Amino acid sequence: MAEFMSLHDAIARYVNDGATVAMEGFTHLIPFAAGHEVIRQKKRDLTLIRMTPDLIYDQLIGMGCAKKLIFSWGGNPGVGSLHRLRDAVEKGYPTPLEIHEHSHAAMACAYEAGAAGLPLAVLRGYIGSDLPKVNPDIRHIDCPFTGERLAAIPSNRPDVAIIHAQRADKQGNVLIEGIIGVQKEAVLAAKHSVVTVEEIVDDLNAHPNACVLPAWTISAIAVAPGGAAPSYTHGYYPRQNSFYKEWDAIARDRDTFAQWMEEHVINAGESKGASA
Amino acid sequence: MSEATIARDYTPAEMMTVTAARALVNGTTCFVGIGLPSEAANLARLTHAPDTVLIYESGTIQTKPDVLPLSIGDGELCDTALTTVSVPEMFRYWLQGGHVDVGFLGTAQIDRYANLNTTLIGDYREPKVRLPGGGGAPEIATNSREVFVTIKHSKRTFVKDVDFITTVGFGRDGKARDNLNPETAKHMGKGPTLVITDLCLLRPDPDTHELIVTSIHPGVTREQIVEATGWEVRFADQLDATPEPTAHELDVLRELKARTDRHHAGDTAGERA
Repeated sequence: MAEFMSLHDAIARYVNDGATVAMEGFTHLIPFAAGHEVIRQKKRDLTLIRMTPDLIYDQLIGMGCAKKLIFSWGGNPGVGSLHRLRDAVEKGYPTPLEIHEHSHAAMACAYEAGAAGLPLAVLRGYIGSDLPKVNPDIRHIDCPFTGERLAAIPSNRPDVAIIHAQRADKQGNVLIEGIIGVQKEAVLAAKHSVVTVEEIVDDLNAHPNACVLPAWTISAIAVAPGGAAPSYTHGYYPRQNSFYKEWDAIARDRDTFAQWMEEHVINAGESKGASA
Repeated sequence: MSEATIARDYTPAEMMTVTAARALVNGTTCFVGIGLPSEAANLARLTHAPDTVLIYESGTIQTKPDVLPLSIGDGELCDTALTTVSVPEMFRYWLQGGHVDVGFLGTAQIDRYANLNTTLIGDYREPKVRLPGGGGAPEIATNSREVFVTIKHSKRTFVKDVDFITTVGFGRDGKARDNLNPETAKHMGKGPTLVITDLCLLRPDPDTHELIVTSIHPGVTREQIVEATGWEVRFADQLDATPEPTAHELDVLRELKARTDRHHAGDTAGERA
């Protein structure tokens, strides 16, 4: 059952060193405030899962929190590279990073399979691609009915899923609107989940088919206004596309990056954690 | 028509976008990659193909953005979509389920068999340059009925063999789509049927699937194309001349880009959704 707590306490309780963590949000609703709290608490040896690592995993990797990354597209959307991710993969800085690389279709299926309690995801995927040659988690099975050879990958079942949403009601039910990505699947696939929200309201006013996570599917809820910035929260604030462009120069240089993180994340504290 | 007497007031990049846009037939359902494909697909929608259905992998279906998105999941795409579905639903039901006519992709590198590399330059374990990776492309390329690719033409981008096949065109030998399991064949598209560059159009040879030049843009020479291609590129016997952009196409494209620049420049000035 969802327990309301501070972001600090939620991360301290549910994100342990060595844990497998999925912070999701497909360009939209990326849980930056929570990610920054993970950085401030100096979590180490994390296995990070995320379809699009985005700036948040660039920051976690650059700050030395990760030992392994499972992902499907590791760029700065519309801008170029994630330089901290590249530095870790190309030069092992600040620590070597093991990568397990997929396609989006496979990652989406792996979350869905995790939510469905299955050990694997099956898809008509990776045909002709070299990805199966470099990722031992991409294998194949024969359909028992047609004999068709299909791709199989392990389901994503993280220790903890971390997401950001528009709002929760006082009982701890959570509403997600707009581009909903794989957040519902990530939460249902995970052993524990931490949800940050823009605000707490009396009534979600959700229409019958809305994407709602009942309180009893969530471990912890923390209020973090602006918690998705510099990504965005549909209905609250837009994506800071200009910051995504600025990040390229900040992350390109190790020292510039370290200084930026010190100033904007380490010394910023929880309430300003999402400032950018 | 000598170059000296015709004052062309468009850039090679505009020529590429307009030509890519023209490739989309009105009413096509198009799964759109970010960047150049998105620019071309929206230009098509705003000119000759108003009923083109644009789908982005973030889950937005039948979207009509007023400005070009910077990312694949900008709010603009959701705000102007008919409906927005989850990402698993997008890839499973809509793409793998067979609802996409054209997958429109960009890439970092392409080779003579139209294989795409967006993963890395060099060796996988010790990459010289690490690129973002596959994203949606590997399955867009196999599950769409056909694929268009748009990319700037240079020796760096047009290589004989890509270092890594992220997304299959026709494989290392040009035969990756031949002799498939019949059940797989039922669901496999034709693969890349058209490559649009800033110099020319290329299409796969019907027999070997090697990309050959089928149309040359105005003012471009064969030598320029040969020089910018990393293999001994062949030219079709029936070589077309790509028509120039019309004034209307250029106006619409420039307005779209100006709108986009104004929008993205103002995004941190306190604009609230």
